[in-house]
Amino acid sequence: MPTNQPPTTNSQQLTANKIWPLLEEVSDPEVPVLSILDLGIVRDVVVEDEHATITITPTYSGCPAMNAIATDIRLRLLAEGFSNVTIHTQLRPAWTTDWMSAAGRQKLEDYGIAPPVDGTATGHMLNLFGADTAVRCPLCKSDNTHLVSQFGSTACKALYQCNDCREPFDYFKCHA
Amino acid sequence: MQSASATTQPLPTYPPEVHAALLTYLVQLADTSLVLGHRLSEWCGHGPVLEQDLALANIALDLLGETRSLYQYAAELEGEGRTEDDLAFLRPATEYRNPLLVEQPNGDFAATIVRQFLFDNFHYHVLQQLQRYPDERLAAIAGKSVKEAAYHLKWSSEWVIRLGDGTEESRQRIEKALRTLWRYADELTTPTPAEQTIQTAGLLPDYASLLPAMQAHTAHVFAEATLPLPEGVVMQQGGKLGRHSEHLGYLLAELQYMQRTYPGMTW
Repeated sequence: MPTNQPPTTNSQQLTANKIWPLLEEVSDPEVPVLSILDLGIVRDVVVEDEHATITITPTYSGCPAMNAIATDIRLRLLAEGFSNVTIHTQLRPAWTTDWMSAAGRQKLEDYGIAPPVDGTATGHMLNLFGADTAVRCPLCKSDNTHLVSQFGSTACKALYQCNDCREPFDYFKCHA
Repeated sequence: MQSASATTQPLPTYPPEVHAALLTYLVQLADTSLVLGHRLSEWCGHGPVLEQDLALANIALDLLGETRSLYQYAAELEGEGRTEDDLAFLRPATEYRNPLLVEQPNGDFAATIVRQFLFDNFHYHVLQQLQRYPDERLAAIAGKSVKEAAYHLKWSSEWVIRLGDGTEESRQRIEKALRTLWRYADELTTPTPAEQTIQTAGLLPDYASLLPAMQAHTAHVFAEATLPLPEGVVMQQGGKLGRHSEHLGYLLAELQYMQRTYPGMTW
């Protein structure tokens, strides 16, 4: 972060097309293999009169990474000399794992976190003790796994265990 | 709780009495999720097993997230320069509007589960309606939180069943928790004057309309748990009007300690 340099006026013109690739370089601090574009939390980038407004949406209401992400976006843009930036948080439409990119899903699995299985969001409240979502073990690729807890190491993940290789693993919950 | 991002949404305009009632209601909702979230956070490191310790902390975090959105909206609607932090940390217990249920102490795991089940059953059903109501900002918060509340209700419902239909010990404990906590259930669905005002204005569902779904869910869970529904319980009310049990003062003393001692402190 170039804090000891004089504040630069934008030597290059600010455009949305210049901002999007920079956002690809901002990662989720809790799942560092994912960029915020992979996660699908950047909803819009608008540039007007050299002022950028970036709209992001939280994954979960209490996600403690949101403030860090907003700060990281500012710092990344500042490094390019873009200081005139507003980061707007939007709740509606609520974030869904449907917005996670295919590349993001692959990166998650390679990292050891099972990606969301679409269409399995908690929607049937009376389906108590219903069958667990079949989630493939990201390590040995077996489908023979079981849910340990709906609540895992972060709000967006559940805890699973593989019945074959016995490894516990995180599952990025389907949230729709 | 400093927010790193700005909100730029325009505020709605309502007649003065509706504006005042909506503000009171937003603070009531935020107080409720803050106080319950704080109670759940007291479990952190003390849960019966690691997975349930994590579940309790996860639910606490969801509730705290909802709290922040609500206080932010309330502070903007109030328009007197207060922030979410001022509302959370600098109001005395008599100004807190949470129902009595959520300030009750954690007790044992069964008491925490019963408190959570009673709250989740109401919370989930009211949010489900509220996300389709005309106040845009409140509907957006509800739409966000209802997805999380669904996980909470599933979790607490399954635990009521495990404890009720579990061992002699778990059964005896959940029966004791029901004897202690059921008396706080009705306050959730009994509207205050402020709630009545915004119900009349069409900004909040009539609680009577939520009861069939809530009661059906309770009946299903209690049947699975082989627990009889408590009957003839004398109900307690007053928290939503600022009349609290002694427990809230102790809770706020801990919750507010840092800001009261070192005003404006951040880290």
